Formats: sequence, C-alpha cells, structure tokens
Amino acid sequence: MKILVCISHVPDTTSKITFVENNSKFDTTGVQFIIGPYDDYALARAIELKETMGATVTVLNVGPADTEPTIRKALAIGADDAIRVNAIPTDSLFVAKQIAEHAKGYDLVLMGRESIDFNSGVVHAMVGEMLGIPSVSPVMKLDIDGTNVKMTKEIEGGKEQVEATLPLVAGCQEPIAEWKIPNMRGIMSARTKPLNVVEPKSTEASIVNKNFELPAPKGAVKMISADNVAELVTRLKTEAKVL
Amino acid sequence: MNILVFVETSEGKIRKTSLEAVAYAHAMGGTVTGIVLGKADANELQSIGKYGAAKVLHVADAKLDQHVIQVYSSVLAKAMQDENADVLVLANSSLGTPVAAKVAIKTNASFASNVTELPNTSSGFVVKRSIYTGKAFANVELKNAKKIIAIKKNAAELKEVGSNATVTNYNVALTDADFNTKTLSHEKATGDILLPEAEIVVSGGRGMKGPEHWGIIENLAKALHAATGCSKPVSDMGWRPHHEHVGQTGVKVAPQLYIAVGISGAIQHLAGVNSSKCIVVINKDADAPFFKAADYGIVGDAFDVLPKLTEAVLAAK
Repeated sequence: MKILVCISHVPDTTSKITFVENNSKFDTTGVQFIIGPYDDYALARAIELKETMGATVTVLNVGPADTEPTIRKALAIGADDAIRVNAIPTDSLFVAKQIAEHAKGYDLVLMGRESIDFNSGVVHAMVGEMLGIPSVSPVMKLDIDGTNVKMTKEIEGGKEQVEATLPLVAGCQEPIAEWKIPNMRGIMSARTKPLNVVEPKSTEASIVNKNFELPAPKGAVKMISADNVAELVTRLKTEAKVL
Repeated sequence: MNILVFVETSEGKIRKTSLEAVAYAHAMGGTVTGIVLGKADANELQSIGKYGAAKVLHVADAKLDQHVIQVYSSVLAKAMQDENADVLVLANSSLGTPVAAKVAIKTNASFASNVTELPNTSSGFVVKRSIYTGKAFANVELKNAKKIIAIKKNAAELKEVGSNATVTNYNVALTDADFNTKTLSHEKATGDILLPEAEIVVSGGRGMKGPEHWGIIENLAKALHAATGCSKPVSDMGWRPHHEHVGQTGVKVAPQLYIAVGISGAIQHLAGVNSSKCIVVINKDADAPFFKAADYGIVGDAFDVLPKLTEAVLAAK
C-alpha cells in the first residue's frame, strides 16, 4: 500500500501572532515552526499502518526551502521519502492542486483536518474532488480491510461511522493515533532519506490575502468577590447583557 | 445579485447556524434562495423566509437523508447553475464546509471559510475571515466571478425580516457514483445542547480534581441552559469525552457567555474560546493567566462558588 501524508509547516500552538510590513506579512521573529498538529496525527496513523500492514509512506509539503527541517522531522518519525513542492502555500485551492498533481497512484492520502494557520479545513475535500475519489473529515478512527475503509468521523454533537473504498482522502484529528516522537535512529536515518524538490504547477489565485489584523484588545477584567456571586449574575444581565 | 443559501437540517429542523447564513445573505442584499436537502418539516421550510429568503428549494429525495458530501456538492453545484447564483452562502460545519469546497472546484468559484463579517465591496469583493485559530483575521479578496462564503457563528445577526417563503420541490438526477461514502451508523453525544452552537458554555478544567465532581458544572449548565465543555487535559485523562474538548485542537466555540471553571488558560485553550462575547473565569489561583483574557473574574474555590452561582442564577429567573 502507498500512503501519502500531506503536512503543513505552521507556527507552534503557543506562538504569539503578530504582523509586519503594514500588516501584510506574518512576523516569524522568534516563532518556532512545527508539523501541523492535525497533520501529525495523520502521519502517526500512517506509520501505524506501515508497521501493522506494510506500506510505504511519502510525506508532501508545499512550501519554500525553510520548511525542510519540518519535513526531515516527518522522515525521522518514520516516513520513507518526501516531496517538497517549492512554493509559498498561498491558498487552499493552490495547495490542493499541487497535492492532486502528486497524489495519483497512492492508495491513501492523509492530512490534518485543517492547518492551524489559515484554518480553512478544505484541502482534503478539494483533493478528493480533483482526483474523483472519496474524502472524509474529520476522521477520529481509520481501519483498513482489503480495499474497504471504516472510519469514525466527528460531526456536530456526535459521531458517524462511515465506510468507503480505497483510494481515498482523509482529514485526520485526535484520537486517530498517538503522536510519535522521533528516536535517535530515526533522526540519523532521516538525513539520508530522499527529499525530492519539485516546482509547482502554476495556477492563478482565486483568493488573495490583502492584509491581516489582530482582534481588538480586551478591556481589564472586572473582579467580583467570591462572597458575592449574585453580583456576577446581575452584571451579566445588566452590564454585559448576555443573560 | 442572486444568492443561494445551503440550509442544513438536523432531524427535520433547520439548524440555527444555517438561519444565520440566510440572515447574512439577506444583509448582503440581492435575491436570496434557500436550498434544503433531505427530510425537513414543511413549516420549518417555510420559516426560512422569515430570515430573508424569497423562496426555498427542497430536494426531498430520501437518499439525501444520509449526509454524503459528494452527492450534496453535486446537487448544490447544479442548483447554483439553475438558479444563476453569483454567491453561495452557508454556515461552517462538518458537512457544509467540505461540501462547499467541492462546489468551489465544480463551479470555479472563489471560496472563503470562517468568514466573520459581511463582505466589503467598496474595492473588489473582500471578506474578513478568522485565521490562526481566532488569534487574527485576514481580509481576503474573492477574485472569481462566482463566490462561496462559509460563515462562522455570529457573523450575522439573527432577526426576522420577512414572512413565510414559498417552498418549491427541486429535483436533481442523482448518480450512483456520487454515493462514494456510506454512513453505517450515527451516535449522538449526550446533552441536549450542541457545544459548537451553544449560546452559553460552562467548561471545567483540571481544577475540578476529577470526573466525579462534574455534577456542579452540569447543574450550573442546566440552570443557564448551557452546553458543557472541558480543557484538553481533562479530555486527555478521559474525565470527559473528546467532543467536549474546547481549544486549539478541539471544538472552537463562539457563545455569548463562556464560563471557565478551574482552567488556567493555556494559549491553546484560549484559541478555542476567543470568539466568545463575554468570558467569566472562576479559579482559586489569582495568578491564573486566564484572568487576563476574561471580562469577569472570581478568585475562589469552584466547590464553593459554583453551587452559590447556580443558586443565584435560579433565583434571578
């Protein structure tokens, strides 16, 4: 079985978000970049499938050269080889097109339910549509029996058991697998695993990020005594008007 | 401008977030048509008109009672074409967002999800969308002639602006190839109020000391008609189910009122609640970082404060 895992290279979840150049660019100063947490779950499940039923795992990232340490980390976790599409990931459609270019011939295409920078949550659906194969997201459990795939998917206020056949695309989230931490052997072998750099298929952008802004700052917190909780109820009614 | 709105139902009832999508489309101006797929109550269908839809298309095929993303996207792409729609509006959801993504490919539309405000059309067609899990916003220009907007909760004010709509049956030939996934079963989470849609949320963290103490969270939630949530450590330890986990990698909520009890306020938790209108933090540690993000704070022991608060809420009714 051939598995393709698409990973995003995103700021660590604890990052403070700020912008520079007249709010046109994300400020990367002091920001640590990681494999997208949801993509990390997808990768972990791919490695589990490789260990239990045999598979080759390829990771793919659409990004400039500075994403390579993130890709190497995925190789250290256990992926066999990697593809980097040498382009800035401008919007979901562009990224989906690049993935679809390389995803043909894979039995299973896994990725996170969404990237944690732009949060669109649509690349898996777009890739499925472009390839004419099913896409399911967010997947919390995925088991393969021959070409049959049984999945548990989260929906608002519950879960659904969904079935489809390979090839398919899945957007993953916890608890599909436990995150894996690379060991020393993995880190050493990752250095020599193939990382192929390819140029993007150019596509015209259908959406353009014009500029960014931060939420308005919160006013100071109003403290209420623990001996007078009724005051909180009054304030929520008359002042905040949320009750 | 012709605007088509994909309206979702849950057990025959229109979902509130979908009514917000209708209200959003109405506020954009233009002719608004709602479309409902699968089983829906007749009076529910008509009531879509009250929020601004001039007419409602109903695809009553029982095959659509199962939420198959592929077939939903084919029906919506066809409806956009038949209705000559310039814009498709819908609420972000586990069904709607992937459906819209596929429609965007089929119709060559520009697509933005997590949209928080009405479009600005003074120069181009620009929408504001939430990014970095609520920590920032991007102003995004939708360049293609056809546009799809998936709105985040509270992007539009829900108010009645019209009367019942005319409901027309709309038929689309469904192809077997579009049924490429099959729903085997359905499991409803406990609790009557869906966390992502709740107007009030009461969440507990590690400060609750154990799952056996959740009764006082549930009592307050019941008094407030609220949904219950929890922090990531709480769901990781199995004290509460995963679907209650509020935060960066869990459910993102946008209620009117968010009450956090015994949650210190890690940045990953804040990312899931920063769209709340009003935040109340109850923590016995006065230095808990969550107080900095709160509107109201009480420094105190949850086991003492919560029963008193529940009592005060009931007394004020």
